[in-house]
Amino acid sequence: MTFTLNDEQRMLKEAARDFFREQAPVSRLRKLRDAKKNGRDPELWREMSALGFAGVIVPEEFGGAGLGYVALGAVLEEAGRTLVASPLHSSACAGASALMLAGTDAQKEEWLPKIASGEAIAALAVDESAHHAPGKSKLKASGGKISGEKRYVADGHIADVFIVSDQEGALYLVKGDTKGLTRRELVTADSRGAADLTFDNVAAEPMNGGLEALEQILDRARIGLAAEMLGQASEAFEITAEYLKTRRQFGQVIGGFQTLQHRAAKLFTELELTRSCVWAALDALDRNAGDIAEHASLAKARAAETLHLASNEMVQLHGGIGMTDEHDAGFYLKRARVAEALYGGASFHRDRYAGMLGF
Amino acid sequence: MTDQLESFRAETRAWLEENCPASMRTPLASEDEIVWGGRNAKFPSEDAKLWLQRMGAKGWTAPTWPKEYGGGGLRADENRVLQQELKRIDARPALYSFGIWMLGPVLLEYANEEQKKEHLPKIARGEIRWCQGYSEPGAGSDLAGLQTKCEDKGDHWLINGQKVWTSYANYADWCFCLVRTDASVKHEGISFVLIDMETPGVETRPIKLISGSSPFCETFFTDVKVPKGNMVGRLNGGWEIAKRLLQYERTNISGFGSNTRVDVVDVAKAHVGLEDGALADRDLRARIAQHKMFERAYALTVQRAQEEAKAGGNVSHMASMFKVAGANINQERCELMVEAAGNRAFGWAGEGFSQDELAVTRGWLRSKGNSIEGGTTEINLNVVAKRVLGLRDTQ
Repeated sequence: MTFTLNDEQRMLKEAARDFFREQAPVSRLRKLRDAKKNGRDPELWREMSALGFAGVIVPEEFGGAGLGYVALGAVLEEAGRTLVASPLHSSACAGASALMLAGTDAQKEEWLPKIASGEAIAALAVDESAHHAPGKSKLKASGGKISGEKRYVADGHIADVFIVSDQEGALYLVKGDTKGLTRRELVTADSRGAADLTFDNVAAEPMNGGLEALEQILDRARIGLAAEMLGQASEAFEITAEYLKTRRQFGQVIGGFQTLQHRAAKLFTELELTRSCVWAALDALDRNAGDIAEHASLAKARAAETLHLASNEMVQLHGGIGMTDEHDAGFYLKRARVAEALYGGASFHRDRYAGMLGF
Repeated sequence: MTDQLESFRAETRAWLEENCPASMRTPLASEDEIVWGGRNAKFPSEDAKLWLQRMGAKGWTAPTWPKEYGGGGLRADENRVLQQELKRIDARPALYSFGIWMLGPVLLEYANEEQKKEHLPKIARGEIRWCQGYSEPGAGSDLAGLQTKCEDKGDHWLINGQKVWTSYANYADWCFCLVRTDASVKHEGISFVLIDMETPGVETRPIKLISGSSPFCETFFTDVKVPKGNMVGRLNGGWEIAKRLLQYERTNISGFGSNTRVDVVDVAKAHVGLEDGALADRDLRARIAQHKMFERAYALTVQRAQEEAKAGGNVSHMASMFKVAGANINQERCELMVEAAGNRAFGWAGEGFSQDELAVTRGWLRSKGNSIEGGTTEINLNVVAKRVLGLRDTQ
């Protein structure tokens, strides 16, 4: 196991950092929201794709860079820092993983090059209720047609192709414009958007693998999202720590008050522990380790708890200004809760982790 | 992994196979079996004595210290191999020693040649057992407020005062001690001296704790004469050494709990029971899972810090963070253990409770000290806020 980036990964991370800071700061998301775009920013996605971000994990034979999950995690972490609205997670991480793990040869040939180039956006459609529950699907499949519903599909409103699970855990590929598929666009608090999907006897291409493959895909989605969340939490913390050093009350900077120093020190500790879990999980994916599921639940649960705390502290420690729409704290808070819940929140993964540890 | 490292592994494995007695390849049955060394060393068995002698002669009780001072002279990567090989055969530590964990590293950095030659080899071989004279009745969290007086009497130092929370002072041969050599200033008036506990005027008295054990003492110094050569570093230059030593101590305390025999999950399975494969008390189950994750996150972070240190990063400032998190984890583990064991955790003595059950109770009470000793959690959070995050008291 290693926590150290190699030269290639470090260069990618630095390139991503520079790009997002310059081209996609939080103000870009704010403008999208104000223009009621609901997360749509095709121009940004084109630029990100041109830099290779859409194809980081896709093998070279399918037009990607084949750099692996540590590299993709580095980009996701940097994207998380400025709350970049893009299908980087849903398509370049979750969607690409699904095709790589469960795609047939023909499906890989058709879709991976398009995903790697950013030309097509793929999204995972798994959950059907208010909570993440991959084993509780009621979606029916027979004779190459599927019927049922999927709820709150991340980037479902902009996806070109869906990876859909049925009640047996089997996976299907469905193009977004297939007859019988209706999407209802959801305008969401995090300004990223999502969609509810209804399938009415929709033609669907079967993929390989079943429940086991689904869990493997979900674990990659969970770990990737944890990396994005680590970036969000780190940035929320750093903005807050900086504020403590500049905001003055009672004739001094408020960072001089011990009660605030301790809250900052505790949050820093939480972040450092979570960083280790996320980086270890990404490394486990690249090593194809035997305990990826454990790493995934550890990383996702820890990231959820840490981001929860960091986003709340960001608002509280900023005081009144943190409650205003003018400040960025609200954007971090809103995205935090969505990311915490996607692919299972802290309690879901605690339950799963306990099960894996045999209690 | 280089060929050289692999051949070191092979040699190490062969040496351990030959030299580590079979009975030393089992977990410690209790704290009583710990080997602390010293002039009056107690060994639970002949094997334990032999194991210390062999490891001491090899310098592997202090693997990374230079050979000329009794250490093993190993590089960091070689030491990692040694620790892996020791772990592979479940070898017990040959020696527990404040001299190795705390004093040795600062002697290597600050002591003169004569002091290093005099003290380090005896520490590595476990011949001298050390205690730490830091806290005083009036100087706990505000350690730099210490008052134990050290006067220059020309051919010797004269020491008067009282220390408290001196771990195992009643068994120690020597004490590394912070003393006041200038009362007109605070931090700049402290010096670091080494005191032989057999010197006339040194007295110790054990303190009984809530757990019933007495790992700490009060130590009294009355007109104690100390040779001039026993001061480490310069006169009034002790605070820097004191702080450096605390980093080693904090890193060490934060490692508590990693070698305990009883697992909280096993206790919960035994006394709460499973229902459909999951602990019957679902609330307790969730909290144990959260604790297990915290524990794993901590272990991964220790591993990451080691890797970053190896790559040349300065991670010494992280000691306070590890101290806070380590204490927190151990206390949480102990509380969960007591909760999971139910009334089996309320025993104090006698036949009604097993040794493991009594150990849960005593361990829980002992763990309360983890967030106090070696700098309280509050003081360490101050250190993280100021030194790591750059938050200042007044700006």
